[in-house]
Amino acid sequence: MAKKVHVTTTVNGDEHQYLCEPTQTLVDILRNELELTGTKEGCSTGDCGACSVIVDGDLVCSCLVLAVETDGKSVETIEGMAGGGELTPLQRNFLELNGLQCGICTPGILIAAKALLDRKPDPTETEVRFWLAGNLCRCTGYDKIIRSVLAAAEEMRGN
Amino acid sequence: MAEEGYAAPETVDAAVSLLGGADGDARVMAGGTDILVQLHTELIDPDLIVDIKNIPELRAITEEAGGFRVGAAASGMTLMDHAGFNAAWPGVMEGVSLIGSIQVKGRASIGGNLCNASPAADSVPPLIAAGAVANIAGPSGSRDVPVGDIVTGPGATSLGPGEIIVSFAFPARPAHSGDCYLRLTPRTEMDIAVVGAGVNLTLDDAGVCIAARIVLGAVAPTPLLVSAAADALIGTKVDDAALAEMAAAASAACDPISDKRGTKQYRIKTAAVIARRAAEKALERARAN
Amino acid sequence: MPTILEQSGYSADRKLKVVGTNPVKHDGPDKVTGRAKFGADLIVPGMLFGKILRSPHPHAVVKSIDTSKAEALAGVKAVCTREDFPEIPQGTGFGDMTRNIMAREKVYYDGHPVAAVAATSESIAKKALKLIVVEYEILPHVIDAVEAMQPAAPILHDYLRTTGDGSAPDEPTNIVNRLAISMGDVEKGFAEADFIIEKEFDSQPMHQGYIEPQGCVASCSEDGQIDLYCTTQGTHVFRDRLSAILKTDSSKIRVSQSEMGGGFGGKTSFYGEPVAIVLSRKTRRPVKIVLTRNEVFRCTGPVAGSKSRIKMGATKDGRIVAAESELVFQCGAFAGSAHVNGAQAMFTRYALENIEVVSHEVASNRPKVNAFRAPCVPQVVFGVEGIVSELAAKVGMDPLDFRLKNAAAEGYTTCYGVTFGPIGFVETLEAAKACDHYRSPVPEGQGRGVSAGFWFNRGGDTTGSLTVAPDGSVTILLGTSDVAGSRLSISMMAAEELGVPLDKVRAVFADTSSIGNNRVTAGSRTTFSAGMVIVDSARQAIAEMTRRAAEIWDVPEDGVTFQDGEFRPAGANVGEFDPLTIADIASRTSVSHGAIAGHTEMNVTGEGPGFGLHIVDVEVDKETGRVDVKRYTVVEDAGKAIHPLQVEGQYQGGAVQGVGWALNEEYVYGEDGRLQNPSFLDYRMPVASDVPMIDTVIVEVPNPNHPFGLRGVGEVPVVPTLAAVGNAIGNAIGIRPQSLPMSPPKLLELIDGAGS
Repeated sequence: MAKKVHVTTTVNGDEHQYLCEPTQTLVDILRNELELTGTKEGCSTGDCGACSVIVDGDLVCSCLVLAVETDGKSVETIEGMAGGGELTPLQRNFLELNGLQCGICTPGILIAAKALLDRKPDPTETEVRFWLAGNLCRCTGYDKIIRSVLAAAEEMRGN
Repeated sequence: MAEEGYAAPETVDAAVSLLGGADGDARVMAGGTDILVQLHTELIDPDLIVDIKNIPELRAITEEAGGFRVGAAASGMTLMDHAGFNAAWPGVMEGVSLIGSIQVKGRASIGGNLCNASPAADSVPPLIAAGAVANIAGPSGSRDVPVGDIVTGPGATSLGPGEIIVSFAFPARPAHSGDCYLRLTPRTEMDIAVVGAGVNLTLDDAGVCIAARIVLGAVAPTPLLVSAAADALIGTKVDDAALAEMAAAASAACDPISDKRGTKQYRIKTAAVIARRAAEKALERARAN
Repeated sequence: MPTILEQSGYSADRKLKVVGTNPVKHDGPDKVTGRAKFGADLIVPGMLFGKILRSPHPHAVVKSIDTSKAEALAGVKAVCTREDFPEIPQGTGFGDMTRNIMAREKVYYDGHPVAAVAATSESIAKKALKLIVVEYEILPHVIDAVEAMQPAAPILHDYLRTTGDGSAPDEPTNIVNRLAISMGDVEKGFAEADFIIEKEFDSQPMHQGYIEPQGCVASCSEDGQIDLYCTTQGTHVFRDRLSAILKTDSSKIRVSQSEMGGGFGGKTSFYGEPVAIVLSRKTRRPVKIVLTRNEVFRCTGPVAGSKSRIKMGATKDGRIVAAESELVFQCGAFAGSAHVNGAQAMFTRYALENIEVVSHEVASNRPKVNAFRAPCVPQVVFGVEGIVSELAAKVGMDPLDFRLKNAAAEGYTTCYGVTFGPIGFVETLEAAKACDHYRSPVPEGQGRGVSAGFWFNRGGDTTGSLTVAPDGSVTILLGTSDVAGSRLSISMMAAEELGVPLDKVRAVFADTSSIGNNRVTAGSRTTFSAGMVIVDSARQAIAEMTRRAAEIWDVPEDGVTFQDGEFRPAGANVGEFDPLTIADIASRTSVSHGAIAGHTEMNVTGEGPGFGLHIVDVEVDKETGRVDVKRYTVVEDAGKAIHPLQVEGQYQGGAVQGVGWALNEEYVYGEDGRLQNPSFLDYRMPVASDVPMIDTVIVEVPNPNHPFGLRGVGEVPVVPTLAAVGNAIGNAIGIRPQSLPMSPPKLLELIDGAGS
């Protein structure tokens, strides 16, 4: 068996040191080693987006990142979104506009939506749809997800 | 997997040396969006993964000789955010922006897309159409190879043992040039191309086509540079008749398979349609500058 | 158990304060913060990881299994095979079920489990699987159902004889079941027809597509107690089936449910759960099994593929006079496709007198099918509603007017013997006619299609209870699962009934040891049935509190009324005492007669059938066959929308699932009988950029059997989708497709064929 590697990753502002096999993915470490099960694994091949996280500012699928790569890097997951207190406008709008049904895709979608609004505060409906094309949802038909993101964006622009 | 299993060198020489000196199967990892899928579906079982993303030249995007030099492991998103490159090469960017989702593009690179050598790779046809040149580093030193000579078959490249692509050089754009990449997929995103076409055109001041490169993807074991299609446009004003001849040449050049993404007949037929539409768009861009 | 709900007490005049509003769902905050726990999210100390070895062959005898090398691998704590599962005779329901979980004599599909290991890490478990040596004797296989019906087809089960067919020979067959439905006289009906259309249609299996793969943790103790945590649509169903296949008392099995990341019928059966239990028994440690997406596609139950021949006739004044059909449904490797639903529902919404349907269920070497929304119905409505629209065109009537002319209404007796009470099909059609989408002209270059649909909606065995705490707040205990936000809707009904703010009510999902039996959460029964049961429990609590108030005031029981959440003196005693709130009474329980609670065990009846009408506009790229869905409206009767936004969500979600099924979703098998597209890359579900906003119109024709008038809404939204999209494409390209999915290569062939 390959010797485990010692990795130091900052997750949601907290530094974590852990051991992992070289081929273990970031989603595996987040969920099983660090017990942050908010990030979900729907496919393991980068096709569903349920494992979306932000690594050093980049929106990525954590099933396609090796944990060893995140040594010295900073990861944001859904658990860090509300920052220990109030829900963000994105989270609140999803609740108020019923932007979630079963909720399994929701963490990935919220992270992806946050990444979008961080770089483009006023996206059009089409831009939101294409940005979220990597996040599969089977319950909602996407309608209320898109509306929730657009409403949150409007709220955040101060309208 | 060997003891270390994973290495992240910080220089090209270190990477080449690791690849050359590895016991067993060593694989280059750029964005990891192909290699990690292959690893976890047990299609590959490397002894060593060499992560090249920490090598500055592999990520840099710089202006050079009127054109651009793009690090082979620069992520798709980084390229998408580069205004200058986008303005010069909208067709290459169309290919890049179709590589998976935003999440995948947060990692995937044109170097990885090329070296994975899927016949349906989206950034490869416009890269070849652009005339990009790959700068390769290896045990015997460095060499430059046109991108069109890299892919030799599905999953196979002309890179020798221990060689990695460091960067791609994109030439300066002559006036009245435009490129475009279009592909056919059942959904709007997230599919593998059934047919892809990258077209790069240059016109003279009178609007006559003086250079053309038409490259088809997903219709043969490798991307196809169709010179007959280019010949149909060169010397013409790229009118409907010329486009129709080009499209027919595109279909004629196809040598596709039937698989779960499309039948042979469907690909041959639609290659003409997609090539024509890509050429029309490239033409529009060429006429606009 | 005697109940108070002798009559629903439905009243259209009831002033509602909570029901009909759109509060934030109670499970919402946990789901937007990542706190909510799904099947794969439980981490237990000492947990092992289980992995299942699966057959790469579609049909083979399992001659031997050698697990010795796997057992010897460091970190492996147990292996299991067929030897570890009790023997149950082949050809019985549980005999099939145990064999689907772990192969015994043969493997029947690519992906069929043959062995499993539990190890200290997932990577060790994966390595261990590679060390298991299975000797197979490969047999010829058959994938297509019609091919499987032919005399020369490879036979899956030697013991199988066709049930429901008295004339079937006593020989091994793949034809599992034949059923026939007959009403009136179709020959006479067709003789009256001025227009007759007869066509054949076909569909491929598709998957429910839930984003959460199955995940569970099983923990067994030395005295035989089994604890199972899993994602499921039926904790009791799982428990009782586990009891049968593991030959263990139900009372020794406690099944608790996680949040469920999508089910749609696909999580009404178990897959890895019994294996996790067996591994846990052998190791005396908790064992976690989470399926990969590849496994989900290869081994969990898809939706049945079908072939249908449908013939319908109408008079020139627009009356449908006869309808006839022959159907074939795949059930996969083992019996059970619920094809009776397709046969019964396909024509049901029109007031037809003459119907004849013969349906066959056929086995072949693919995974055993499972339920989806409206199992076996949308794929045959695809054909029926295509013909209905074509008949309308031949008769020269607007497609909605034609449907209105033939619409069933209260008093109609269906081909399966049920007489409709109040139903809302006519109202749904009228609302569709009046909606903005239908009234807008079809944009240039697009085609518009409409389709109607029906689903029975179900009732059934349901148990629930409600307790009032001393502070007056209320807890509801449910044994169903939360699909469609039912926990919130049911809490809203309880709050309404008790006259308390919604925030005073919380629902909890009880495990199988804590609550009585519940039928599976499916059939669009849950909000209806569990709602009924909880309202009944609430009324019991109110009745008890009425008795307590009477005692406190020393008046007879009929001297107390309950209104707006308060107990007030009535009759001769009006004004004599201050009202008592629920909290006032509940706080005194330790000095009176104990806790206030209600509990209800009911086999719920009185369900109200649901009807829908979908309108779709599409644009077809005639050079490539690609379809762009431009506009979509779902019109559906909800009876009463307890939470309108949640009801809209059901309509929208169903529509988009249908769009995927209509355009691109299918299982692709190679000549070798192996599944070629077991991933989300090539199993093409709609992504956000593939669909527009989905407009909805909620029609409300109340079901008076329910205290709030509601009807199930979960399944009707998928029923019309395939035909609506098909009719739209037909109008866009001039030929109505007959084969699902309507993928670009197939459409291009139709378009080119028409041109030549």
